[in-house]
Amino acid sequence: MDSAGEVLNDGKITLEGFTVAARAFADKWKRHNLSFPSWSWVPLINRTLLKKEECYLSLEKIIILSSLEGSAEEESLGVTADWWEKEESIDHTVLVQNVEDEAHYYDYHIVYSASYMVPMLYFRGYSSDGKPLSLDVIKRDLPSSSVSLLLESKWTFITQEEHPYLNRPWFKLHPCGTEEWIKLLSESSSSDGCQMPVELYLVSWFSVVGQVVGLRTPLEMLI
Amino acid sequence: MIFVFQVGELVRRKGSVGEKRMAVKYVWEGAIPLQIHLHKSEVASHPPPPPALVLAPRIGYLPLLVHLIKPYFKDSLPPGEDSIWFDYKGLPLKWYIPTGVLFDLLCAEPERPWNLTIHFRGYPSNVLIPCEGEDSVKWNFVNSLKEAAYIINGNCKNVMNMSQSDQEDLWTSVMNGDLDTYTRLSPKIKMGNIEDEFSRKASVSSPQSRQGGTEIDVAGQVKTARVPVRLYVRSVSKDFENLEDVPEMDTWDEISYLNRPVQFLRKEGKCFTLRDAIESLLPEYIRDRAQRSGEEGEQRTTDASDVSQETRGELKLVRIQGIEMKLEIPFSWVVNNLMNPEFYLHISVLVKEPQR
Repeated sequence: MDSAGEVLNDGKITLEGFTVAARAFADKWKRHNLSFPSWSWVPLINRTLLKKEECYLSLEKIIILSSLEGSAEEESLGVTADWWEKEESIDHTVLVQNVEDEAHYYDYHIVYSASYMVPMLYFRGYSSDGKPLSLDVIKRDLPSSSVSLLLESKWTFITQEEHPYLNRPWFKLHPCGTEEWIKLLSESSSSDGCQMPVELYLVSWFSVVGQVVGLRTPLEMLI
Repeated sequence: MIFVFQVGELVRRKGSVGEKRMAVKYVWEGAIPLQIHLHKSEVASHPPPPPALVLAPRIGYLPLLVHLIKPYFKDSLPPGEDSIWFDYKGLPLKWYIPTGVLFDLLCAEPERPWNLTIHFRGYPSNVLIPCEGEDSVKWNFVNSLKEAAYIINGNCKNVMNMSQSDQEDLWTSVMNGDLDTYTRLSPKIKMGNIEDEFSRKASVSSPQSRQGGTEIDVAGQVKTARVPVRLYVRSVSKDFENLEDVPEMDTWDEISYLNRPVQFLRKEGKCFTLRDAIESLLPEYIRDRAQRSGEEGEQRTTDASDVSQETRGELKLVRIQGIEMKLEIPFSWVVNNLMNPEFYLHISVLVKEPQR
């Protein structure tokens, strides 16, 4: 399929393009993020009513540990040092004791929006007993830059909405303006003014969006 | 107030401004009589209060009725803070869905008055997103308007460029069911519209013509456009004789919700009907073209045509604004006359599942 037809001039992407881009993203993530769990491609199997290529990307049970001081360290089982945001080393004995109380689990879903024609990030947090975390608690796990943005615009940045397929409240990053900065990314990264190849669309998108929720994209994925 | 509407009559006449205003007026005046009961766990008075009787606008939202309902119950409530929610036969109601749509979807056989239960405590926050009263409903409305704008115009600049006071007035007109004010304000939203199938004029220079997802051919006729649609699909596994026999809904998982635009296609000599629109969203329910009389069908794939009607899925009922729709009606008429104030067309569908 002609990739130029899948990634549109204005930074948007078609459903077909999203499907290709999502698989490429999941593959690259697996190859370059050996210490992190991989994204899975979840088909909407119980929905006989939806077209079979309707799917979303899912990354679940990412653990974020809260240290005693209340500031968050991001860690996943077996993660390497590159992934730590703070420079202070963690007292491992304290971690082991507190894992049960302080562990926050996060699920991330990347869903295609037919209305905005861009991907959207949905996420939710819960404690080890499955109880959902409130936005106040989640804010403490987010990078501080995201928190100040949240404070400035209550209604338009991270909002609590219903997951499009799961009938539960999730948090969503508002997609308004996505296509504009994707277009900027695309223009600045190509010297000959070529269209962004569809395989890199989600990678580029996530390199920006992931940072909002504290997930880094390894540079090797952007090649 | 029963909302009865002869759709066929109106469509047969050539759409004039007068008739269109009449259809939209009916939509805005449509209302559901509600009988609201306080949940028994929250009755702290003896005798328990009688139910509240409220007329709910179809295009409105349940949280906006709270100020009318609360006076009936405030003396009966246990002490504490309010967190209000509604349920129908135990099913928590999604407050951001217009009241008329909830009614059309959940009551296969329309129930008048519609018996709902109100709760002031124990908000089910694991299943319902929070509602902070009118502010939440307004935010939801504006966001839906922006999403519709993205679909129709390719961006939401038109909504963002509206002045704060115009946005406020627009929302107030919807809250109050004030069609005159809304009609005066809606040109300011600058939302493109679909050419009525009946209209012979090609409004090429019209400022209302759609951009973004719109394709215009050599003659300047709008050929394709994207239409904001929210489709709510309820499926039953067995066929039924009467609507009363449709089983009740226990969870929202029984509804498939499609928030997806319809690609409106205009082909020379062919009318894009409501059926075409729904089939584009639900390909599993495409009726066998050979069964339709006098119609030119597209080529069917061999596996689909081998399947008999019984084993294929079937569209049993399509409701928009409380009207049971004839599927042959031109989709452009349906959209222009029956959409909600945020420019979304909400369609409730009851289907029989395909047998596998």
